[in-house]
Amino acid sequence: MFNVVRAELRKLRRPTLLISTILVVAALTALFTSIVFLRANSGQGNGRRGDIISPETLSQATGLVYGFKIVSFFLGITALCVFASQTAQEYSLGTLRNLLVRQPSRMKILFGKYISMIIFGVALVFLDAIVAIGVSYGLAPHAKVTTSAWFTANALSLLGRTFANVLLSTIAFGTFGMILGLLFRSPISAIATGVIWSLILETILGGVISSTQKWLPGQNFDNIAQGGSDTVSYQWSLALSAIYLLFGFSIVSVLFKRRDVAN
Amino acid sequence: MTTAISVTDLSKVYGERSALSHATFEVPLGTVCGFVGPNGSGKTTTIRMLLGLIAPTGGTGTVLGESISHPERYLPRVGAMIEGPAFYPGLSGSENLRVLASLGGFSQDRVPHLLEKVGLADRGNSKYKTYSLGMKQRLGIAAALLPDPKLLVLDEPTNGLDPSGIQEVRNLIKDLASDGTSVFVSSHLLSELEMIAESLVMLREGKVLFSGRTKDLLAAQIATLVVQPEFTVDLNKLLEIATRHGREASVTDGAVHIVADAEWGATFNRLAFNAGVTLASLTATQPTLEETFFEMTGE
Repeated sequence: MFNVVRAELRKLRRPTLLISTILVVAALTALFTSIVFLRANSGQGNGRRGDIISPETLSQATGLVYGFKIVSFFLGITALCVFASQTAQEYSLGTLRNLLVRQPSRMKILFGKYISMIIFGVALVFLDAIVAIGVSYGLAPHAKVTTSAWFTANALSLLGRTFANVLLSTIAFGTFGMILGLLFRSPISAIATGVIWSLILETILGGVISSTQKWLPGQNFDNIAQGGSDTVSYQWSLALSAIYLLFGFSIVSVLFKRRDVAN
Repeated sequence: MTTAISVTDLSKVYGERSALSHATFEVPLGTVCGFVGPNGSGKTTTIRMLLGLIAPTGGTGTVLGESISHPERYLPRVGAMIEGPAFYPGLSGSENLRVLASLGGFSQDRVPHLLEKVGLADRGNSKYKTYSLGMKQRLGIAAALLPDPKLLVLDEPTNGLDPSGIQEVRNLIKDLASDGTSVFVSSHLLSELEMIAESLVMLREGKVLFSGRTKDLLAAQIATLVVQPEFTVDLNKLLEIATRHGREASVTDGAVHIVADAEWGATFNRLAFNAGVTLASLTATQPTLEETFFEMTGE
């Protein structure tokens, strides 16, 4: 298993993937965090779904992690794309046969890949946290936000919890991407399906029939990062996401183990 | 263990279509064995089953003495290139090999040595997507050699190579075989196989047509005497002599082609001389592997 993880990390650190992912995550984090702080005094929406986040709110301990949390959905979508493409490309490039000749245990390949991508996900969340906190701290004076509450034990505990929640959410989106990659065996199809479902269909469905939000996978993955919401609890999202992903992962694991590698 | 590969009644059925039907053959240990057959005859399917990539519908087999139902027991000693090279386009040749070395738990130190061996030392750091077809093929061979294999399975290793590249692969295979490596190689370049393969497995439409020593296959083929008289007006006289002595013969391109082995050449020369015909040339030809292949497969 360790050999598979090492081999997969070699692929994940290729410059085109690594640099482009770092740039996208850093840019999105900086952009959304900046919007929160730069518009904090405008009296207009500067938070998720048009919420108004005032300087007073940002001056509390939660202000430290607000920017960090706000991009979690896009971080999840990035993970979905990376996990899906890294899995499906083995089929589209024909490289799966090389992997299986060198490591015949298909479950080791699958879980080695998964662990390596989780490591990649951890790195993304770290980057998100560093950029978001850095930008928040840098823009706080401009937004008339006091940061004294950000460096209390309470704030650091909140940072730890938010980090764990954003990481779980990112891994959930990534796992969803990996499931799609194994099902479709084509990076384009897997990414397109995952992104269209999460970004468009779930938004439309949730908007038209609000009761569906409780059941939609993407909404629940995102709700984990937010630590729960007024309508859907954190525990519910965590449990439902685990059920969805365990079910999906079990099916694709059986397919991956049994399916002939004929390309 | 005397065989590198041994399969009995190996079969693979996809829905209604039989890709391989009751194939039975052996590849002796430490030899080069050619695997030939027209496109779609089941060669790649067989190779994939031997490497644990697809599950057989029926039959049994062993590779290096281990059942093909447990590929993990023999694959660490097997190198393979299946249906052309497949690598990550965004990684360099060297990085691609390092990925596979990490995966198989092989020493990373082998990578520069193998790039050198296949003539890619100076392009090892270039991205795979910039490689020519021949270079990709060489990298595929280098990847197959990563485990220092006891058995090397190569599917069309000379595709895309220029004549000197083909010669290099031939020499590489010969060198490996002389070091005791068993090589199972499929190729459409039958003249190349004829030079290096001690044994052959020939497939057509999923069935084994021949399995055994190459020289036995060729020796079993009907030889031909090609006879040219000094004067072309004597062609019919030579044809008549041959048929009178019970030989099948025909006139093609200014020569009489007689179905007979080399030993009958002296007799025919004497008969022609007695009939007053002087021969300009008399050549005994044995069918090449290519001709034999076409004859047997009906291609």
